[in-house]
Amino acid sequence: MTIRTFIAVQFLISLLVLPVHAIQPDEVLEDPALETRARDLGKVLRCVVCQNQSIDDSNAPLARDLRILVRERIEAGDTDEQALDFIVARYGNFVLLKPPLELSTLLLWFGPLLILMISGSVYWTLIHRKSANDIAAATPTPLSDKEQRDLRDILGKG
Amino acid sequence: MYAEFGHFALILAFTLSLAQSSVPLFGAYYRDRKLMEFGTTAAIGQLVFIAISFAVLTYAYVNSDFSLQNVTENSNSAMPLIYRFTATWGNHEGSMLLWVLILAIFGSAVAFFGGNLPVTLKARVLGIQGMVGAGFLAFILFTSNPFWRVFPAPMDGTELNPMLQDIGLAIHPPFLYLGYVGFSMAFSFSVAALSEGRIYAAWARWVRPWVLAAWCFLTIGITLGSYWAYYELGWGGWWFWDPVENASFMPWLAGTALLHSALVMERRQSLVNWTILLGLITFSLSLIGTFIVRSGIITSVHAFASDPSRGVFILALLALAAGGALTIFALRAPGMRQSTPFSPVSRESSLVLNNVILISATAVVMLGTFYPLLVKTVAEERLSVGAPYYNLTFVPMMLVLMAVLVIGPILKWKRDRITEALGKLKGATIITLVCTLVIMAATMGEHIYAALSLGLGIWVILGSFAALSYRIKLFKVSFSRSWEMARTTPRSVYGLFLGHAGMGFMALGITVMTVWQHEELGALKSGGQLDLGSYQVTLDEVKNVPGPNYQAERATFTITSGGETISSVFSERRFYPVRGMQTTEAGIYSNGFVNVYVAIGEQSQAGIAVRAYYHPGAPWIWFGPFIMAIAGFVSLTDRRLRVGAPQRSKTTTGEASLAPAE
Repeated sequence: MTIRTFIAVQFLISLLVLPVHAIQPDEVLEDPALETRARDLGKVLRCVVCQNQSIDDSNAPLARDLRILVRERIEAGDTDEQALDFIVARYGNFVLLKPPLELSTLLLWFGPLLILMISGSVYWTLIHRKSANDIAAATPTPLSDKEQRDLRDILGKG
Repeated sequence: MYAEFGHFALILAFTLSLAQSSVPLFGAYYRDRKLMEFGTTAAIGQLVFIAISFAVLTYAYVNSDFSLQNVTENSNSAMPLIYRFTATWGNHEGSMLLWVLILAIFGSAVAFFGGNLPVTLKARVLGIQGMVGAGFLAFILFTSNPFWRVFPAPMDGTELNPMLQDIGLAIHPPFLYLGYVGFSMAFSFSVAALSEGRIYAAWARWVRPWVLAAWCFLTIGITLGSYWAYYELGWGGWWFWDPVENASFMPWLAGTALLHSALVMERRQSLVNWTILLGLITFSLSLIGTFIVRSGIITSVHAFASDPSRGVFILALLALAAGGALTIFALRAPGMRQSTPFSPVSRESSLVLNNVILISATAVVMLGTFYPLLVKTVAEERLSVGAPYYNLTFVPMMLVLMAVLVIGPILKWKRDRITEALGKLKGATIITLVCTLVIMAATMGEHIYAALSLGLGIWVILGSFAALSYRIKLFKVSFSRSWEMARTTPRSVYGLFLGHAGMGFMALGITVMTVWQHEELGALKSGGQLDLGSYQVTLDEVKNVPGPNYQAERATFTITSGGETISSVFSERRFYPVRGMQTTEAGIYSNGFVNVYVAIGEQSQAGIAVRAYYHPGAPWIWFGPFIMAIAGFVSLTDRRLRVGAPQRSKTTTGEASLAPAE
């Protein structure tokens, strides 16, 4: 077997076993309305073996299984929520790209608000402290006795 | 034998860096000129030795020397020359060597061009650079040595990860590192200033060119990475909010804040402590980025060599660098308070607001990136934080930021009136409002959010041009007078407005792409067609094409619009036999406003699976940041920022103030 045929054989084998591509034509549902719902769900579900990719965008076989599962649930008459609950019950919150609001995600969801409140108040005090300084700058502190004396000396000499 | 020269040069560089991180600091403390000048010599010596070491590794890669373990693991003799060359840094060890090489380049740049710095400051900066270098050289030598031999040497290597065998990704890391490592200058200057115990008024002027250059490179690096994801991953996505992307994005956000606060410090001697703190934060974030990628603590496509011991080492480095620097900051900063008053409506105030938003955004990205890790550690629960989270938290902040960046540059320093400033933008604002209303009407109010963000994008672009034409009094005075004023306007002013306009273009691109993209998929045989509305994609043929080290299945498509053929593109699936991996290459037609994107999948009885996308606005997603980077370089050519140019700064030390330049 020459190298070239070896590569060719490997290539053919690869077509059989390698990960499939993102959404395949054969997965698409007949009913466009149902398919649209499946797509919307596909965008918020994570391919659990990938890096932050949604199942619609992923090539992994597991993502394909999930896409098919979503379509099965929708065809079976599930609402979007029921379909999501069904999948979360099996895969946990990890499959949701948008984590639900729970005790463990309180900080995640309210963190940005907290951050904004802190930075907002820093901004507020900063611009206001500055304007207080402004007033301070407008009314200089009176000269001390020593400074008065020095000033008189200088003026006297000048 | 030659490889040992590279290894030895690296060890020499390490010992030299140890000396560099101590001798000049003693010199600065005892005011000993000779000891201080050692820093200059050592920095240049370090560059020489690291360059030798890097050249040796490159030589080994290009000539496929498989007696080096690192080369065996990441290269293969069948790879084209270009990828045998770029494989040098397409792996953990080599990329760390590139990291220290760039650090040494920056260090010796200070040595060469730092003649106008106060001698003690220069010595301290070089000392700190030496410390950073020593840490990373030790990291390479003790945990990630690229010069280990393997015996017996194998006949061939296991090839560079095929995903990295792409020109976009080959030049992505050097740019990213020029950015990351460039921020080390801000760090070194900050720590040096803190240990000096006083801030020179010209400090910001010395630091800004370095930060600006680093920022430009980082912008290009991130943009390249994003574009690579777009055409290589085969589904038209361009940003995942992947931890590693976030890792490069956080220093970018903080670096952008730093650029702006340094401006206030340079012109108005305000925000001194804050700017120094930002210098520390930005580089610490770069280190965190390196830590995330190298430690494998967060799995990702980028983490090509994840090893816990390396992670611990980098974490220790991070703790030392950030912890040490923040401690000095806590000790010294209160004694250095310096502020010049400004009113709530002023250029300063808008720049502070810019900083507040950018740093909040950085914090949000950080929260989203590390939260899954936190929850996993504390509650043993696995979570994902994906695009929907950032769309709700990060994106609104950016929209506010865009409004600030229209108004900010038109405000006067110190104090201004908001009505007066808006008056200067009257034309731009009216056009923007009309455009926004038209978009809302045309979409029947379906996309209010999109219309708003489009309006903001338009406002940013028009506002930038309005501000510029106001500055040169276009149509107010004679044209030749305006031309004269345009010529004498400093380059950095052009950089400012160009950069802001770039942000506007990017916002437009992202919004249009997100809202109006659509896709068609189908199994096609030759002659089969997918209809994207205004474009049609027809499959011509599918054939197998041999590549240098892969087999490709190539599908050729004709793109037609309104019955006319406008382009022919091909997309490929490549199979790399050595690693048994497959990659995809998308076929993209672009006319500068719209991309038509075609990717192929499996062959079946029905034909080959084809996904065709209509991507309006997509080109601007990368065009915008590219403009931003160009704008940065335009600013760099400003005489007032030129590195090494004779500057008044030498004499204006201490409390002396620089005349506000505008």
